[in-house]
Amino acid sequence: MTSASDGLPSKQNGRALLVLEDGRSFVGESYGAEGETFGEAVFNTGMTGYQETLTDPSYYGQVVVQTAPHIGNTGINDEDPESRQIWVAGYVVRDPARRPSNWRSVRTLDEELVRQGIVGISGIDTRALTRHLRERGAMRVGISTVELDPVALRERVLAAPSMVGADLAGSVTTPQSYVVPAIGERRFTVAALDLGIKSMTPHRMAQRGIETHVLPLSSTVDDILAVAPDGVFLANGPGDPSTADHAVELTRAVLDRRIPLFGICFGNQVLGRALGFGTYKLRYGHRGINQPVADRSTGKVEITAHNHGFAVDAPLDRVSETPYGKAEVSHVCLNDDVVEGLRCLDVPAFSVQYHPEAAAGPHDAGYLFDRFAELMGGDSK
Amino acid sequence: MPKRTDIQHVMVIGSGPIVIGQACEFDYSGTQACRVLRSEGLRVSLVNSNPATIMTDPEFADATYVEPLTPEFVEQVIAAEQPDALLATLGGQTALNIAVALHERGVLEKYGVELIGADIDAIGRGEDRQQFKDIVRQVGGEVPDSAVCHSLDEVLSTVERLHYPVVIRPSYTMGGAGSGMAHDEESLRRLAGAGLAASPVHEVLVEESVLGWKEYELELMRDRGDNVVVVCSIENIDPMGVHTGDSVTVAPALTLTDREYQRMRDLGIDVLRAVGVDTGGCNIQFAVHPQTGRLVVIEMNPRVSRSSALASKATGFPIAKIAARLAIGYTLDEIRNDITGETPASFEPALDYVVVKAPRFAFEKFPGADAELTTTMKSVGEAMSLGRNFTEALGKALRSLETKAASFWTVPDPAGATKESTVEALKTPHDGRLYTVERALRLGASVEEVSEASGIDPWFVDQIASLVELRTELLDAPALTAQLLRKAKRAGLSDRQVAALRPELAGEDGVRTLRHRLGIRPVFKTVDTCAAEFAASTPYHYSSYDEENEVAPQPDRPKVLILGSGPNRIGQGIEFDYSCVHAAMTLRDAGYETVMVNCNPETVSTDYDTSDRLYFEPLTAEDVLEVVHAERASGTVAGVICSLGGQTPLGLAQRLKDAGVPILGTQPEAIHLAEERGAFGRLLTEAGLPAPAHGTATSYTEARAIAERIGYPVLVRPSYVLGGRGMEIVYDDGTLGDYIGRATEVSPEHPVLVDRFLEDAIEIDVDALYDGTELYLGGVMEHIEEAGIHSGDSACALPPITLGVEDIARVRRSTEAIAAAVGVRGLINMQYALKDEVLYVLEANPRASRTVPFVSKATAVSLAKSAARIALGATIAQLRSDGLLPQTGDGGVLPENAATAVKEAVLPFHRFRTTEGHGVDTILGPEMKSTGEVMGVDDSFGTAFAKSQAAAYGSLPTSGRLFVSVANRDKRALIFPVKRLADLGFEVLATAGTAHVLRRHGVDTKIVRKFSEGPDNCVERILSGDVDLVINTPFGSPGNSGPRLDGYEIRTAAVSAGIPCLTTVQAAAACVQGIEALLAGDVGVRPLQEMHAALARQWGGRS
Ligand SMILES: Nc1ncnc2c1ncn2[C@@H]1O[C@H](COP(=O)(O)OP(=O)(O)O)[C@@H](O)[C@H]1O
Ligand SMILES: Nc1ncnc2c1ncn2[C@@H]1O[C@H](COP(=O)(O)OP(=O)(O)O)[C@@H](O)[C@H]1O
Ligand SMILES: [Mg+2]
Ligand SMILES: [Mg+2]
Repeated sequence: MTSASDGLPSKQNGRALLVLEDGRSFVGESYGAEGETFGEAVFNTGMTGYQETLTDPSYYGQVVVQTAPHIGNTGINDEDPESRQIWVAGYVVRDPARRPSNWRSVRTLDEELVRQGIVGISGIDTRALTRHLRERGAMRVGISTVELDPVALRERVLAAPSMVGADLAGSVTTPQSYVVPAIGERRFTVAALDLGIKSMTPHRMAQRGIETHVLPLSSTVDDILAVAPDGVFLANGPGDPSTADHAVELTRAVLDRRIPLFGICFGNQVLGRALGFGTYKLRYGHRGINQPVADRSTGKVEITAHNHGFAVDAPLDRVSETPYGKAEVSHVCLNDDVVEGLRCLDVPAFSVQYHPEAAAGPHDAGYLFDRFAELMGGDSK
Repeated sequence: MPKRTDIQHVMVIGSGPIVIGQACEFDYSGTQACRVLRSEGLRVSLVNSNPATIMTDPEFADATYVEPLTPEFVEQVIAAEQPDALLATLGGQTALNIAVALHERGVLEKYGVELIGADIDAIGRGEDRQQFKDIVRQVGGEVPDSAVCHSLDEVLSTVERLHYPVVIRPSYTMGGAGSGMAHDEESLRRLAGAGLAASPVHEVLVEESVLGWKEYELELMRDRGDNVVVVCSIENIDPMGVHTGDSVTVAPALTLTDREYQRMRDLGIDVLRAVGVDTGGCNIQFAVHPQTGRLVVIEMNPRVSRSSALASKATGFPIAKIAARLAIGYTLDEIRNDITGETPASFEPALDYVVVKAPRFAFEKFPGADAELTTTMKSVGEAMSLGRNFTEALGKALRSLETKAASFWTVPDPAGATKESTVEALKTPHDGRLYTVERALRLGASVEEVSEASGIDPWFVDQIASLVELRTELLDAPALTAQLLRKAKRAGLSDRQVAALRPELAGEDGVRTLRHRLGIRPVFKTVDTCAAEFAASTPYHYSSYDEENEVAPQPDRPKVLILGSGPNRIGQGIEFDYSCVHAAMTLRDAGYETVMVNCNPETVSTDYDTSDRLYFEPLTAEDVLEVVHAERASGTVAGVICSLGGQTPLGLAQRLKDAGVPILGTQPEAIHLAEERGAFGRLLTEAGLPAPAHGTATSYTEARAIAERIGYPVLVRPSYVLGGRGMEIVYDDGTLGDYIGRATEVSPEHPVLVDRFLEDAIEIDVDALYDGTELYLGGVMEHIEEAGIHSGDSACALPPITLGVEDIARVRRSTEAIAAAVGVRGLINMQYALKDEVLYVLEANPRASRTVPFVSKATAVSLAKSAARIALGATIAQLRSDGLLPQTGDGGVLPENAATAVKEAVLPFHRFRTTEGHGVDTILGPEMKSTGEVMGVDDSFGTAFAKSQAAAYGSLPTSGRLFVSVANRDKRALIFPVKRLADLGFEVLATAGTAHVLRRHGVDTKIVRKFSEGPDNCVERILSGDVDLVINTPFGSPGNSGPRLDGYEIRTAAVSAGIPCLTTVQAAAACVQGIEALLAGDVGVRPLQEMHAALARQWGGRS
């Protein structure tokens, strides 16, 4: 959804305009590519990891506002991207680094944004914008370096598609399947349904002796069974889970066969739907790497990486009866009691709404991959 | 996990006097702890020898012991209080070391006291450098190679392996005391020697140098459910080799990728768990290699630290407050984040601003001290600032420091600075190195060259380069457009900086006028712990040239702004913060909305709990006026209080008033009257009050003429100073010439004051309240040392020990006359010198003074609260009936059997070394040098004095060897005290002259050689540790004559040997009384509450 101009660096930093669908606008400087872009405005509060954020497919279709004022300080390196490209629809920062400084940096962020045609804006009051989104909720936004008239740009914002009902996973999933081998001896084989998977996820599994077959979203049950998986993994991804009917079907098929299943983020919502729970849109979502989540089985708090605008609607206070037997809410966000994880008690399946692979973010939730391995090892869930 | 039910009574240990490396951040943490524990319904008993702290205010604990922080005294308190638990992790290294000592003496076991926060083993694992390194390796981390040594030989052999340079670091010390970088054997021997001495366990670590690596700190918290959060990451702009306390630091870390940061986080958490700090805060330091990213762990403090206070203020996450809750059993998820009010404390703060902390030094006070920054902390205070980008925060931090330069381009470059010399200068870390960075860039050095020479990360250097470019833009612009001015302000330039580049704008005020006309003003953002993800309920603000203002309207209650005192420095420290905090407390009660403005992260005043609103801003006219503007937009501003924060706000009063801001209390005109020597002199003559003969000179010839008229010795000083800055006693024309020569800024605007110096006069310090009609004498303090030793450095007693009723009456009359003539509305501090029955007026300070907290604690009256109420129109009569002041009488005449309180100053000499590595002279004079104070209080003066010495230097010796060597004029006066000590069983050593006199009076005395007389001399004896007490008064006139030098060697030796060294006759006499009291035994402890109740009873009619 980015209509970038030929992608030449815009070094004279021309003016850029940002307009929200409710009419609030900000004038700043062009950052990254010139041109015009539209998407859902969301804010991310992480103070590190902009490179991982930009390359996280779950941000597809979204214009990301970074609350951290200085962005680009450590430049761009070739190890940290979470996927083959930048996915954000647009980028909003306050103070871009003039010069990166980090021993691994190979390029500046500005260059990278230009190279990939990502339109951005800098020098605006990102805190004011963030507070606005917090109070009014995530909404459509446009950034332009060509249309500097707020009224005209707003027309176009209102014409852009909204996130509710958006089916986006199809656009980010891998065209064909690929395999990420286990590090060291292979203990398990996992079929991972790519709804927008990040490269750290198969890596975390590989570290635990898991060979991951990443399959396109279009895969059938037979494609999944074809890899003779010890377990099935449902990845994170963009868009409205209420549209993910195909993924939900596949999940039901997996549950029917009692194949151990682990889902994260979008995958949590897919499992939720497969179990018969509804999903709903949060006012402004959780996007950051400082979110306190309680594991209700141990009472322990983990600091976790989040990126979700939708959540599962499941009861916190009781075990639910589902088509697949009993299921319960396993994790909850301590900030707002949003459901952050599900556990099936009668079939080997569980999921979390956040990012245990944590790139960017703290590694507190890494144990979940161990749980998945245990589940595949047949230990009691 | 809910609160533990098995703890009903917690004892808290404070950190004692303010010293370098341990300042009022521990008053902040201790005060928070006491508040929290009591709000949890627990009984709190507190021990802290520092009277200037808020935590030792009786209302903050159930039993407050202002007693020496020695194991002996603390054990007495434990015996008296029988607490269930001891919380020692909030009182800095002092409290931690006491806890260890109490454990080793079996005291904790004996009284069944549980150590909460960190247990003994955890403390050991964290503090013992070798144990700690093993732990780091066990959890898979790296540390610099090293070995623990207990002797010089061990040290030398270790260096064979590690090669120079090496770092020497003593175990169980704080602020890097005794540590340093050895580049060769000579410096190695020196450092290792000092280090072994400095370590309470005679243990030093010899360590591989990682000089020049990037330095980071993490502040972590853990609860007993083993939940861990990282509250804040701090990046040191000055690389490894400069103590974090002396480095300019930023939060959050700005040059780490997420992978690097998470590695640091993981390692920090593993280390914390392995060390086993069960609950509370801890600080871990790391070094990162700039080219390889190699990560090593440097050290951990298993307690709340200086950086925790910084992190708390930087993030809004109150570490100490939460640590206290965790210590009594809560878990992080059970504690609310009181800024959002909704979310739990079990999260990691997200910042959407940049925080910069900059250190404040005091080298000018220690002539000869080596000003190179090393691994030993030397700064005496710090300022913090927040901005929406780095340069904005940096600019604010630099002008918050109140040094001569207020950020770049505000003072001329050093003469003859070239690119080469400037880049060269960058190689040695020094105070104000960022100024050197800017100059180097401006003179044409590249970012790489500067980064290379200084070891400062290129990102930071480039940020400063952007300012250099902006400067050119500002200089070259044909006219200063709104757009360019806005750009300059966004980059953090002050009006003063802009004015320096655009002379046509007629100075700072001109720029401000233009700026306001163009409608360019800062907005105020909120510190909310969560980068705006949730709404904040706490109005903790900072300014930024951004778009949206967040200051909420508050039309109901009138607002009072209280200006704090800025960074701690010698002469202006915690005592002033104390008064500001009291004003906030009482004015809130009186129905005002209190608004605090300050930039010192260590203080209680900058705790968002202290006042209704907090503005973390520099104390300059520009920044304060913008706060006033924002608050006027929010409601009605009754006015600003400038007279409680010391000289800093006092100096702003006139400019604020000129800008139409109502000043509460004493008016600027009155302030001028008291501070401008000529005016004050006339005032005294009219009032018929004697002052030392004096004059004001704007040149050497004038000064000499005055000296001739009034006669030598004279006291010379610049006008408008605090802490006796640049003050010297001059005995002849020659030295007078030198002084004028050195005092560069002598000019009509900056005259030099020349006073007749009164020798052997008794100095009297007075704090009083005046409401326009009535005077309340808060307290009359008699100095132990004679006039000539700065009031801040001399010990004093309250009630006065030798003053008669008539003297007090005279003091009262003079003080009242002056308060009335000056036009004081609130506090006034007076210094008098009593000589030959004449009461000379030395000076009047129409403001809260350093002694206000001491007097308040000694007399059970809060002078600062009363002053604040008077500033808002209350009369002393009203305050008496409100119970804020006694119904009758005042602090001038305390009841017969009132306890005696003694204040003793604490001096930082041991922290400084000359470039040759020698100690600096410890001689006291009219220029203040102390960093803090302690209070000893008991029924008799002797006992109180003994306590004050124990609190300041460790107990006085009650037996052993005494060395005496005094100036001729003092010999007669010293015969009696020395004889007394001999009778008490002390063996007396003396230099020939002194010995001669003593022997003639029947004191059997051994002669020892002077330092100048060759081997086996007194200095060697002192250093070798077989002397227990030294009495040495300075010889004759200054200058480097032989005897003078002897004295210097003797005193510095005493300091390195850590034994009491008395430099005045009066101190010696007081010391004798102290030792007698100790020998008489039964030196007990007593809570303030009990003493205050007794006073109230005797005084009548006070609650
Ligand atoms: N191995 C080392 N090489 C170079 N500098 C060091 C080394 N270890 C410590 N330092 C410097 O010395 C300072 C003080 O050391 P630290 O261990 O933190 O002692 P302290 O207990 O005084 O904080 C650190 O802030 C760091 O800048
Ligand atoms: N005329 C004098 N004779 C002797 N001592 C003096 C005289 N004037 C000042 N002093 C000493 O110098 C110290 C500092 O002088 P003061 O006027 O109080 O300056 P400050 O403003 O720094 O407190 C005093 O505490 C006193 O001990
Ligand atoms: Mg340290
Ligand atoms: Mg004085």
